[in-house]
Amino acid sequence: MTETVFYVFAAAAVISAALCVLQRSPIGALIWLVQAMLALGAIFVLLDAQFIGVIQILVYAGAIMVLFLFIIMLLNMGRTTSDIRGPAGIAATIVLAGLIALELGGLWAYSTPRIGREVRASAGFIEAGKAFAGGQAVQDATAAHGVVGGIAPPLFNEYLVPFEVTSILLLAAIVGAVVLAKRKV
Amino acid sequence: MLLGPALGLSAMLFTIGVAGVLLRRNAIVLFMCVELMLNAVNLAFVALAQVYGVGAYLIAFFVMTVAAAEAAVGLAIILAVFRHNQSIDLQNINLLHG
Amino acid sequence: MTLSLLAVQVAEQAPGAELGAATRLAWLTIALPLLGFVLNGLIAIVRPQARRLVSLIGPGVLFAAFAVAVAIFLEVRAHPPDGPLILTLWPWLHVGDLRIDLALQVDQLSIAMLLVVTGVGSLIHLYSVGYMGADPGYARYFAYLNLFVAFMLVLVLGANFPVLFIGWEGVGLCSYLLIGFWFSDKANADAGKKAFLANRVGDFGFLIAMFILWQTVGALDFVTVFERAPGALTTAAATAITLFLLLGCCGKSAQIPLYVWLPDAMAGPTPVSALIHAATMVTAGVYLVARTGVLFALAPFTGLLTAGIGALTALFAATIGLRQYDIKKVLAYSTISQLGYMFLCVGLGAYNVGLFHLITHAFFKALLFLGAGSVIYVLHEAYHATHSHEDAQDMRNMGGLKQWLPVTCGLMWIATLAIAGVPPFAGFFSKDEILAATFARGAEQPIYYVFYAMATVAAFLTAVYMGRLMAMTFHGENRTGEAERSHLREAPAVMTAPLLVLAFLSAFGGALNLPGFAGGKEALDHWLEPVTHAAAAMHPLAMPTGTTEKLLIGGAVLLSALGLWVGFRTALGRPILPAREAPPETGFARVLYHKYYVDEIYNALLVRPLVWLSDKVLWRAVDQALVDGLLVNGGVVGSRWLGALGSRIQSGQLGLYVLLFLVGAIWILNTILR
Repeated sequence: MTETVFYVFAAAAVISAALCVLQRSPIGALIWLVQAMLALGAIFVLLDAQFIGVIQILVYAGAIMVLFLFIIMLLNMGRTTSDIRGPAGIAATIVLAGLIALELGGLWAYSTPRIGREVRASAGFIEAGKAFAGGQAVQDATAAHGVVGGIAPPLFNEYLVPFEVTSILLLAAIVGAVVLAKRKV
Repeated sequence: MLLGPALGLSAMLFTIGVAGVLLRRNAIVLFMCVELMLNAVNLAFVALAQVYGVGAYLIAFFVMTVAAAEAAVGLAIILAVFRHNQSIDLQNINLLHG
Repeated sequence: MTLSLLAVQVAEQAPGAELGAATRLAWLTIALPLLGFVLNGLIAIVRPQARRLVSLIGPGVLFAAFAVAVAIFLEVRAHPPDGPLILTLWPWLHVGDLRIDLALQVDQLSIAMLLVVTGVGSLIHLYSVGYMGADPGYARYFAYLNLFVAFMLVLVLGANFPVLFIGWEGVGLCSYLLIGFWFSDKANADAGKKAFLANRVGDFGFLIAMFILWQTVGALDFVTVFERAPGALTTAAATAITLFLLLGCCGKSAQIPLYVWLPDAMAGPTPVSALIHAATMVTAGVYLVARTGVLFALAPFTGLLTAGIGALTALFAATIGLRQYDIKKVLAYSTISQLGYMFLCVGLGAYNVGLFHLITHAFFKALLFLGAGSVIYVLHEAYHATHSHEDAQDMRNMGGLKQWLPVTCGLMWIATLAIAGVPPFAGFFSKDEILAATFARGAEQPIYYVFYAMATVAAFLTAVYMGRLMAMTFHGENRTGEAERSHLREAPAVMTAPLLVLAFLSAFGGALNLPGFAGGKEALDHWLEPVTHAAAAMHPLAMPTGTTEKLLIGGAVLLSALGLWVGFRTALGRPILPAREAPPETGFARVLYHKYYVDEIYNALLVRPLVWLSDKVLWRAVDQALVDGLLVNGGVVGSRWLGALGSRIQSGQLGLYVLLFLVGAIWILNTILR
């Protein structure tokens, strides 16, 4: 059952992404990207990362994409002439994207059976989380303190420094954005 | 176990993102495809949390945060470029050529 | 004593060879002239007008060196050592198996040469004080001359081939410097260059010989080489080595085919011609052959070749001397001819005789050159006083000078009799022994009879041209010119005194090696025997005795006297015109006057093709087109082109950058996945 749901959302994500890339209008591309992100959010929930899934929808789809929308509106780019590259570009795309697909596919084909072999018990989709120590720890933490409570302690203990650094990064980003975008005074 | 298919999906989305980056000339759409790639990577991290623990979630979290900051700054740059060139077609933005 | 503190580390290599006090100071003979060079050089740079100081230092160091040489000689004579005394100054080249030290070898042969070089050298230095007194380059002259003596002594005292070679090259350098002393006249500079280049060809031979020697024998110091050589060298190897050494000797000692530089070298000051091109440097080749006698004895072919070249050169140069009018050129060709005699002698293996002739030749040839120098000096003064531009060296401008230069005339006659081989002067004994040795060798190898004939004819011609020289210079009518005649007088005492000493030596120098029939003890032969017997023993020579000996001697003396008379008479037989009025030569005389056109032949065959090669091929094709054009400029063009190619990647187009970025990413991914 979970499988099927997963595959549905996966298909949705892939189709949305493809359409996003191929849309002529920027707004259209944006909408399709939002759709892809929503599908991904659902997949996150399916993968037992409820917190990340919600954050994805709130922050990514909600804030970042809206920001994109603002800019597109600001620059008045409704319907424009197509900005997809010509034949040379398409050829290069096919070659390179094909190569990357091959490489990543090869990597995927190589590593997945290996991971599968490490699963001691052949459990169902969700119980497979019990097969690894890391996943086991996640399950225990979620069971003990809830979804958010499972993520919070490491965030403020082991990962405190990245946390603080990221806040400074955001500050820098804010200042930078303001400086870059303002009109000359 | 969802790990395998999840990683496959991540790979596919990444490839589509690459294709988009190579195909489009509009700066904002290009940026959106980059965001797509970031999402694919996030998916991979989250899927691997089953193996590597909570740290993977937190990395995905930070990726999102940084993506937000990056989006802000990047869009500001695009705005500034648009004011200068009246267009954001990448063909015309080549002042750094040597 | 402080002197013993100065004594350097010694190495005894011959059994029982204890170095006496004087021998330990053998290095001083080199150091003193070297010091003279430094001091005179400084004076030349800083205060060239300090003539009196230079006059003190220049000859002074030479006399001091001569004193040391005499001390060494007396010591070695009192305590004859068993083998050569080696004085190691310091280790020089110690590389792998190669062990060459800066070492001096004091044995009878080197002592003989040492005495000649320092002795005759001191006299010539003294003479130069008078001759070069008015020259602006006075200090520079003495600096070079001292340096020359230092290098010559390094050559003579060297205990191994490389040290000898240092001296060899050094004297070549000093020869160049001194020939081109008045270099502001291009002809003089060219003469210096010619000398250097001809010597260079010889040096090349010397080097190759050293390389082969190292390869076959594995050592380069004389003691070791001569010990190992009979065992280690095949005849072919010995022949190769000696042939190359012979090439070196032909260059340094002006034999065919490399003699061409010596007549041109007369462009230098006359004392230089006396010292370098008569008494010392040109004898270096003879010394080398004598020193390496063992090697030559192992290679009979080279010995024959040496003797042949010597005989041919003796005859060839003597013929040219018959028709030269420059007094110094006659003497130059005479030197070449006499060197030929020495080569004939050492070639056939009679080293003692060759060295005897070397010593006597040093005496009378130096005397002849210095005497000629006096004549030239006096004539030069006369022409200077009347502001005439006549050639002071042309014999056609001389004549009857006996009236004004009686002492010089008398002394030069002594030298002439010596060189012609008239008894009892020195040259008679030495030349006579050479002819006798050649005749004796003829009993084994008949070709030496041919050489004997050539040498005898050359002796006759020697007497002829010397008689001619004396007649044209000192006798007959004076052709110098009315105005100049009043300015002619005898040369100053500082120049005539050395002539007196040399004349004494030329007259009585025969006593050095009086042969048995004259009641002598053959002192020089016995002196040199410890050094030369090793080689002489390999190829013994039975000197003629009894009637044969007396017949040969009688014949030689007769020829000498006849030659002198013929030369004298024919020179004064018909009137001679002064140089500017003289008609051009005709017939065979013209060929002789133009020295058989050898210089022109060399020019056409060797010099011009070489210059063409350098100009057209090496310069234009290789240097300009290939190196400059293709490699240097081509490199520039190439890298510019590559740079332009590279700069096209910097298009400023984000799309291109992304593309390249992805290409790189794929590549890295690929590498990791492997």
